[in-house]
Amino acid sequence: MNYFQLFHLPAQFELDLTELGTRYLELQRQFHPDKHAAGSERDKLMAVQQAANINDAYHSLKQPLLRAEHLLALRGLKISNEQRSFMEPAFLMQQMELRELLAEISDASDPDALIDEADQQIQQQKKALLRQLQSALDANNPEHDHQAADIIRKLKFFFKLQHELELIEQTQD
Amino acid sequence: MALLQIAEPGQSAAPHQHKLAAGIDLGTTNSLVATVRSGEAKTLFNKAGQDMVPSVVRYTKDNVIVGHAAAADAVLDPHNTIVSVKRLMGRGFAEINADAEHIPYELVDQSGLVAINTIQGIKNPVEVSAEILATLADTASLTLGGELTGVVITVPAYFDDSQRQATKDAAKLAGLNVLRLLNEPTAAALAYGLDSGQEGVVAVYDLGGGTFDISILRLKRGVFEVLATGGDSALGGDDFDHTIVNWLQQQTGQAKLSHSELRQYLVSARQIKENLSATEQLDFVLPLASGEFKGQISRADFDALIQPLVRKTIRACKQVLRDAGLDTEEIQQVVMVGGSTRVPLVRSAVAEFFAAEPLTSIDPDKVVAIGAAIQANVLVGNKSDHDTLLLDVIPLSLGLETMGGLVEKIIPRNTVIPVARAQEFTTFKDGQTAMAIHVLQGERELVDACRSLARFNLTNIPAMAAGGAHIRVTFQVDADGLLSVTAQEKSTGVSASIQVKPSYGLSDDQVATMIQSSMLYAKQDMQLRLLKEQQVEAERVLEAVSAALNADAALLTAEEKLSVEQALAELATVKQGDNTAAIKAAIEHTNHITDEFAARRMDISIRKALQGHKVDEV
Repeated sequence: MNYFQLFHLPAQFELDLTELGTRYLELQRQFHPDKHAAGSERDKLMAVQQAANINDAYHSLKQPLLRAEHLLALRGLKISNEQRSFMEPAFLMQQMELRELLAEISDASDPDALIDEADQQIQQQKKALLRQLQSALDANNPEHDHQAADIIRKLKFFFKLQHELELIEQTQD
Repeated sequence: MALLQIAEPGQSAAPHQHKLAAGIDLGTTNSLVATVRSGEAKTLFNKAGQDMVPSVVRYTKDNVIVGHAAAADAVLDPHNTIVSVKRLMGRGFAEINADAEHIPYELVDQSGLVAINTIQGIKNPVEVSAEILATLADTASLTLGGELTGVVITVPAYFDDSQRQATKDAAKLAGLNVLRLLNEPTAAALAYGLDSGQEGVVAVYDLGGGTFDISILRLKRGVFEVLATGGDSALGGDDFDHTIVNWLQQQTGQAKLSHSELRQYLVSARQIKENLSATEQLDFVLPLASGEFKGQISRADFDALIQPLVRKTIRACKQVLRDAGLDTEEIQQVVMVGGSTRVPLVRSAVAEFFAAEPLTSIDPDKVVAIGAAIQANVLVGNKSDHDTLLLDVIPLSLGLETMGGLVEKIIPRNTVIPVARAQEFTTFKDGQTAMAIHVLQGERELVDACRSLARFNLTNIPAMAAGGAHIRVTFQVDADGLLSVTAQEKSTGVSASIQVKPSYGLSDDQVATMIQSSMLYAKQDMQLRLLKEQQVEAERVLEAVSAALNADAALLTAEEKLSVEQALAELATVKQGDNTAAIKAAIEHTNHITDEFAARRMDISIRKALQGHKVDEV
């Protein structure tokens, strides 16, 4: 299913999230199981399935990484889940340094300062990669699509780091 | 001149169209039933003039007593009087028994599930809850003058799958048609939201007798969107009572309490707690076998006792805000739910944390039932309400056991429901035809730290070389937060059969047996009940298919249309009779004949949505 079509939005990376939200609610108002509570067993079952599809579509478009993956899938490029040993040494180095930074937090005399530092670095890199991703996807040709796929793989590392940092932050208070 | 038709208050002008529906708040301490009449949601009173019914069930030799009368007997007959049964719903014997010092009746192990040994034999929490539900439904039927078409039952947002399933089983046992299990905070927001037309982000702080929920909701033009939910399904006002009991024991020097003494202590503790909400200093008298114990307690003493529990709730508030990605300043309102929010320390702690004066204009004991009644009225079809939309989330992550006792999350917590996620599995031996899957719920990474929901055995997998069979297992959580699982082998399309073994729940067969043997049904004619159920479903099918025919007959060939009409005519005829099996067969036949039609209609509506038509044009 083309999620962009479902929400009447242009199939591109940049997205009006407010518009997405409005369209999402319009669809749920029609398909949500509560609108079919007085129906027969089969009607109810179908409503659950449709509402689940709509939720899935909304979830996929809302998150930039999933949205980019969906866009690539529509263009015939599926990003496999397995790790590809594609990474440039510079990128791997940077990852290792960030990981070391994260590992130091718990023993640091001022953990908050290190958390802030790690957070800033991660946000900066993420922003830069998201910009690159946008222009790669906007180019809309096979060569750039493959570049976009590589950027997505890199971004996944940063999202993972960010998640780990959040977990560390939570154990601090 | 034509006379104006004026309907009596509480009655619709077209009575045959108005369906009776009720909202039920099945609480740990008290339960209530409410309904919408003349456009207003109100709690219903029983013959004794009470709307709050203590969630207490007493089993005597040949009778079952529910509510105030049972609560009054709690001290007299602790073994057979079940209080706070909600805490036992969907729980394992081992889980509860480890913490059973405050439970005055005898717990038994019913094949892993917790149950209670009473004078009427072993009763499980589902049966006990069914008694409470049936009593409330009776009150509603008597007051409204007819049988209920459907009910909405509220559950804590934090309830896991087993606890929700147990609640639904109890309703089934009580012979009720459940339109929806509704999360309590959502119900509370619904009661307030429609009342005052709120917009913005609200927190619902719900501290009941036995459970604590904190939910963050966004209210916008009739949409109630749950952003995050959290809490503790084993923390509530009862725990306040228990800390007072411990304190009282220190005062009296009575270290060991018998069952009836414990009851007496608990009754006194509750009185002390309630009185201290209104006064700063309290003199109390504790009746003991050895005479009266006179003591004194101040609000500051009480605050110090419960401070750790209140702090625990505030910690949960912090976590849920983090989950929602919000700061306290972004919360515009805090709705207070549950009798325990009357405790001054609770109110001040919540006001301080959210920096907002909590909303208490609707009675915190009744607000959930009122919200449930509003939703029941909509769901049963009395109000063609296109504006309200409740979007709830799953409170705890669902995951699968993987190698090494680890859990892989399939659906993370706070995902909007309904949701369906598929996972692919493959065989690791040549000719393997079966596979076991263990589903867990919780946030931790180790299997042992999560709650086991169910084990699924996939069988009938086509025999292939190792890794050849790809089984796609779909986990679906419906709007009630209940999980169902389907499986299919991808290359052959063969559906693998699934046998579900709920870890802390009853199998469908067990529920059926309970219904057969239930006292609730002995009073009625079991056969009649089954017939009625099929007639109601037949009526639903007739209505749904007729409406579909009116709207979309164009999707059918003349021949197809004829066979649908024939099936409907046949179903309508059979429905008039009293042959349950024949009605069931006719429903199945109609469903079979219209499967393709239903699929085409769904396709069209999705396609219309895809083509950019506005929903109201569809």
